[in-house]
Amino acid sequence: MSLETAPTSQENIGRDEDLVIEIESLTKEYRLGAETVRALRGIDITIRRGEYVAIMGPSGSGKSTLLNILGCLDRPTAGTYKLGGKDVSKVSDDELSEIRCQKLGFIFQSYNLISQLNVVENIEVPLFYQGVDPRVSRERAVELATLVGLGDRLSHRPTQLSGGQQQRVAIARSLANDPLFILADEPTGNLDSATEAEILAILNDLHRAGKNIVMVTHEERIAGVASRVIRLRDGLVVSDKNERDERLAASASAGPAEGRSA
Amino acid sequence: MIGYRFRRTTILGVRSLGLHKLRSALTALGIVFGVSSVIAMLSIGEGASYEAQEEIKKLGSQNVILRSLKVLEQTGSAANQDVVSYGLKWKDYERMQSTMPHCRFIVPMRVIPTEARFGRRALEAQVVGTTPEYHDLGNVSLARGRFLSSNDRDYLRPVAVLGAGIARALFPAVDPIGQEIRLGQFYFTVVGTLAETGGASGTGGSQADDRNRDVYVPLESLNARFGELIVHVETGTRTMENVQLHSIIVSLVDDRYVSAAAADLEALLKRYHRVADYQVIVPLELLRQRERTKQIFNIVLGSIAAISLLVGGIGIMNIMLASITERTREIGIRRALGAKRRDIVLQFLVETVVLSTSGGLLGIVVGVAIPWIVEASTKMPTIITGTSLVVSFGISVAVGVIFGIYPANRAASMDPIEALRRE
Repeated sequence: MSLETAPTSQENIGRDEDLVIEIESLTKEYRLGAETVRALRGIDITIRRGEYVAIMGPSGSGKSTLLNILGCLDRPTAGTYKLGGKDVSKVSDDELSEIRCQKLGFIFQSYNLISQLNVVENIEVPLFYQGVDPRVSRERAVELATLVGLGDRLSHRPTQLSGGQQQRVAIARSLANDPLFILADEPTGNLDSATEAEILAILNDLHRAGKNIVMVTHEERIAGVASRVIRLRDGLVVSDKNERDERLAASASAGPAEGRSA
Repeated sequence: MIGYRFRRTTILGVRSLGLHKLRSALTALGIVFGVSSVIAMLSIGEGASYEAQEEIKKLGSQNVILRSLKVLEQTGSAANQDVVSYGLKWKDYERMQSTMPHCRFIVPMRVIPTEARFGRRALEAQVVGTTPEYHDLGNVSLARGRFLSSNDRDYLRPVAVLGAGIARALFPAVDPIGQEIRLGQFYFTVVGTLAETGGASGTGGSQADDRNRDVYVPLESLNARFGELIVHVETGTRTMENVQLHSIIVSLVDDRYVSAAAADLEALLKRYHRVADYQVIVPLELLRQRERTKQIFNIVLGSIAAISLLVGGIGIMNIMLASITERTREIGIRRALGAKRRDIVLQFLVETVVLSTSGGLLGIVVGVAIPWIVEASTKMPTIITGTSLVVSFGISVAVGVIFGIYPANRAASMDPIEALRRE
């Protein structure tokens, strides 16, 4: 399987251009009746090109809120969110739509395919809103469907596909607009462990092909595949480190690790 | 680019309507009925008033018609008298001729119902005594021969011009011109026949409805032969009437003099008649009244039909609201994948407009078919005007837009996060 679908348009040597996401003292408050709920209470996160980040946290930690803001579906109450160097924390609804359209790829827990459209048409949806010529977008959709292993099911409807296949379509769709990063919300939450492994393998392949992935999950096992884990609790970042490398380091030098951990 | 997107959106809309064929068809049906009832009602209304107007037009819009009226409550011991005398007098006619301005001509008429006979064939006819000017009123046209002439009048010639019905009945095979027929007990020579006239209203005989059963003779000839008294024999009673003229048609040079002339005539008659044993009819005023009635009629019919369109529109809105609730998730997905609010508005608006437009087109077909069926089965005339087609179709499109805006806006204003969360 070849994943060289992301034509890295320019060589990015400049340090700032490497920054995909820059979040500074981001807060989000909701008003629930008379009460004000502070879902995010000042978060700083920077994500560089090519990172595979897992955002973890128990329910109520604010990770869904963060996901919505990262996905440009919602705006922060305060703080800044720069996406590819552009501040998107105070733009209009139409501009947010435009950003989602041009720069983001979504993968949802429940796949969120449109049931009346077939595989190719579902993959084409983001391209439709970009105004891509139908012949071009169709060609690209077929290419992406083939890439995720659904080349023989192009005109199937979502209801005719298994959960794993549907999620593959969703992955293909998230790649259609060649996004800055892919935002995956519990991508394997509805799948059995065999299919889960398949989907994670695809994501891993995408990562190795240079794609940025931000994945929200509450399962340690899933977060383990990411190169970096950000843990949230009560609206704050409580830990942010490269856990995979640490684990590798830990298993490589099992002896001296005891002394270090003290 | 915009055109392309619009086309794709339209295709998308038609496709999602196609997913619920029955539902879409039923929704469009509301518009079909609305549009077709607008067209059908207006065409039937138009047809009815057209017929009435044609009748009035036959009376002549520049004419004032005076008719003798039998007054039942006669003063004194009139009821005991053998001879009932009433109506317009010869003198009235003469006074009018000498005093009325702006007159083209004044045509007096006296009508005697009697039997017309040729050989063994006989039938009831209205013998109308009149002047040669009658022909110039333009109510009748000659089929053969000539109309009455001034010589006929001057020499009291016994000549007659037959209405088409009489001519056909008395002379099914023979050329009527030059033949002698008997009217009552007098012989008249046929000099001409009239063409068939349509419609049921005539000015010829004052009471006669069918001009095709008229026989026209010179008024002077009629008076000279039949005398002044008309004898009606009914079961057990015999009444005699003395009516000098049954009607007078005053034809003016232009229809703007009609109202003034009618007032003058009324004043003139009032001065010489003790009781109002006459009637002044102004076809132009009848026509104007008809126009007003027609307008009201059209407004009433139109609004009844428009209400059904409104109901159809509400049906569309209702279905779209349900459809949006059903498709909340789809809306959320589309928004997340980059659809702007206006893309969602357009998507749903296209659906309602497609529904109402196709309903409107079908409604035109049905709306044209209904008057056709009505006309074929009841002989009621119907007129489909181009305006009613354009207007009702335009309204149906407008209904789609107006009743689509609210649901579409509601769909577009949904929070994508909420919409995605919905099952």
